[in-house]
Amino acid sequence: MHDKRIPMPDEITLRPERPLLAAVTNLGAWTTESIQAVGDFGVFMFSVLHWIIRGPGRRSARDTFAQMYEMGTRSIPVVMITGGFIGAVLAIETYPQFHQIGIANRLGGVIVVSVVKQLGPILTAVMLAGRVGGAMTAELGTMKVTEQIDALRTMAADPVRTLVVPRILACVLMTPVLTTYSDAVGILGGWAVAVGVEGVRNYPFWHYAQVGTDLYAINVGLIKSIAFGIVIGAIACYKGFRCGAGAQGVGRACTESFVTSFCIILVVNFILAVAFNNIFVILWPNRPGLL
Amino acid sequence: MASPDEKSNSPIIRFEDVHKRFGPLVVLDGLTLDVFADQTTVVIGPSGVGKSVLLKHIVGLLRPDAGRIYFHDQRIDTLGERAFEPIRKRIGFLFQLGALFDSMNVYDNVAFPLRRQGGKSESQIRDIVHEKLAVVGMEGGENKMPADLSGGQRKRVALARAIAMNPEVILYDEPTTGLDPIRADVINELILKLKEELNVTGVVVTHDMASAFKVADQIVMLFNGQIVARGSADQLRSCPDERVQRFIQGRADSEELKALNRI
Ligand SMILES: Nc1ncnc2c1ncn2[C@@H]1O[C@H](COP(=O)(O)OP(=O)(O)O)[C@@H](O)[C@H]1O
Ligand SMILES: [Mg+2]
Repeated sequence: MHDKRIPMPDEITLRPERPLLAAVTNLGAWTTESIQAVGDFGVFMFSVLHWIIRGPGRRSARDTFAQMYEMGTRSIPVVMITGGFIGAVLAIETYPQFHQIGIANRLGGVIVVSVVKQLGPILTAVMLAGRVGGAMTAELGTMKVTEQIDALRTMAADPVRTLVVPRILACVLMTPVLTTYSDAVGILGGWAVAVGVEGVRNYPFWHYAQVGTDLYAINVGLIKSIAFGIVIGAIACYKGFRCGAGAQGVGRACTESFVTSFCIILVVNFILAVAFNNIFVILWPNRPGLL
Repeated sequence: MASPDEKSNSPIIRFEDVHKRFGPLVVLDGLTLDVFADQTTVVIGPSGVGKSVLLKHIVGLLRPDAGRIYFHDQRIDTLGERAFEPIRKRIGFLFQLGALFDSMNVYDNVAFPLRRQGGKSESQIRDIVHEKLAVVGMEGGENKMPADLSGGQRKRVALARAIAMNPEVILYDEPTTGLDPIRADVINELILKLKEELNVTGVVVTHDMASAFKVADQIVMLFNGQIVARGSADQLRSCPDERVQRFIQGRADSEELKALNRI
C-alpha cells in the first residue's frame, strides 16, 4: 500500500564482476535458510510429540481411524499392484543367472528377502508418499490458505493436535500394514513367474524362501516401514502447514512434500540398512549377513 | 477528535504503538487504537492497508514486531499459544472469506466451538445451532457442505459460528462484503442488536460506508499503518482530512485515474 520499503539483503544486487563474493553470499543465505528450516521443522515435531505424549483424546482417536480408512483402505489396490509386478520382474531378471549356475531352486530365497527387506517397504513408502502424502499436503495447505487453520486457533483448538496428530498416527499405523500387503503380493508375483513360467518346482521355492527369511529380516522390513510412515506423515503435514499463498502455494507445497519425503525415505533406508547389518553382525557374529 | 462517551468507558482492547511488517512490507507502523466496551468500532481503509492484519493481532494469530496490545488491561501480545486460549474463548472472529471447515457440513461448523468447549449435551448444542443459523437467515441449510454455498451464504454461516459461544467481543472482517443490500442490512441490524441486547463489543472492518455509518459508535480510518482519523460517524463526515473525505465519498484522485488515460 505504501512504499516505505527497506531493501532486504537478498534484494541488494551483487555486482557481476565479483562472482566469488556472490557465490559465497548465496551459499551463506542458503545455509541460513536451511538451518532455519530444520529448526522450524524441529519445533513443529516437538509440538507433535508433545500432543502425542499428552494423549490425543477421544476425538483425535476418532479422527485417526477416519484417516486410517482414508489413507489405508483406499491405498490397498495400488500398493498390491506395485508389489505384485515388482516381485514378478525380480523373478524374471534373476532366473536366468540362477539357472546358469544351477541354483534356480534358490530363487525363492532371494525374492522373498529382497521383497521383505527392501523393495516392499521402499515401494510402499514411495507410493504412499505420492498418494497419501500429496493428498494430505494439499488438504492442509488449502486449509492454511483459506484461513481454516487460523479459525481453529481462534476457537482454541490446537491445529497440531486436531489435524496433524491423527494424520501422523494414521501413517505410522497403516504403512506397516500396507507394506505387509505389498510384501505378500510381491512374493506371490515372484512365485507365479518362477513356478508358473520358468518351471521352478513348488517345494524348493518355498523351502528356500523359508530358509532365507528369518524373523530378523521381517522385523527389519516392519521397522523400516514404521520409520517411513513417520517421515511421510511428518513431512506432508509440515509442508501443508507452511504452505505459501494461493493455489500456486498449494501446488508447490505438494511437489516439495513428495520430493522431500522421497529423498528422506531413501536416506533413512540407507541409514537403517547400515545400522541393521551392524546389529546383525553383533547378534550373530558367525552367520553371514544376508543383504 | 474524541469519541462521544470515551470518559465513561474504559478501553477493552488497546493497541499501543504497534509495528508489524512482512519482510520489506510495513503494514502497521506505530498504530495506537482504543476499542471501548459495549461499543462498535468500525475500521475503514483501502484494500491491502492492513485491516485484517489489525484484527488478527487481537486474537494472537499475528504478533507485533514492536508495541503492546492489551485486553482488559492484560498485556496479550507476549502471551504464549496456550495462555491465549482463555482470551480467544471470549472473542468471536468472522473471517473475511468465512474460513468454514470444508470437511464439515454447516451444522457441524457451527457446532464446532460448542463441542470444543464441552459441558453441553448434543440436544442443547442442536438448539443453539438452529437458533444461530436462524439469526443469520440460514435455517434449513444445516446439511449443506460449504463448497455448495455462495460466498454470502458462507459468510452468514461463519457469522453464526462466530456468535455461537456468545462471545463478549466479536471481530467482523468485512461482514457485508458480497451480500446483497437487503442481506447486508440484516447483518447491520444483527450487529446493532448484539450490541444493544447482549452488550457485545464489536470491531467491524469494512469499506461499505453505509454499513459503517449505520453500526458505528466510533469510526477509525487506517492509512499508511496508522490511524489517521477517529470519531463518530458525524465527526468523520465533517472531517477536513482529504484522504478521509475521498474514501467515504468514494472519489479517486487524479493520480489514481492517471492509468486510465492510456486507454
Ligand atoms: N501472513 C502474511 N504474510 C505476508 N504478507 C501478509 C500477510 N498477511 C497480510 N499480508 C500483507 O499485508 C497487507 C495488508 O493485508 P490485509 O490486512 O489483509 O489488508 P486489508 O486491509 O485489505 O484487510 C497486504 O499487502 C498483504 O499482502
Ligand atoms: Mg482484509
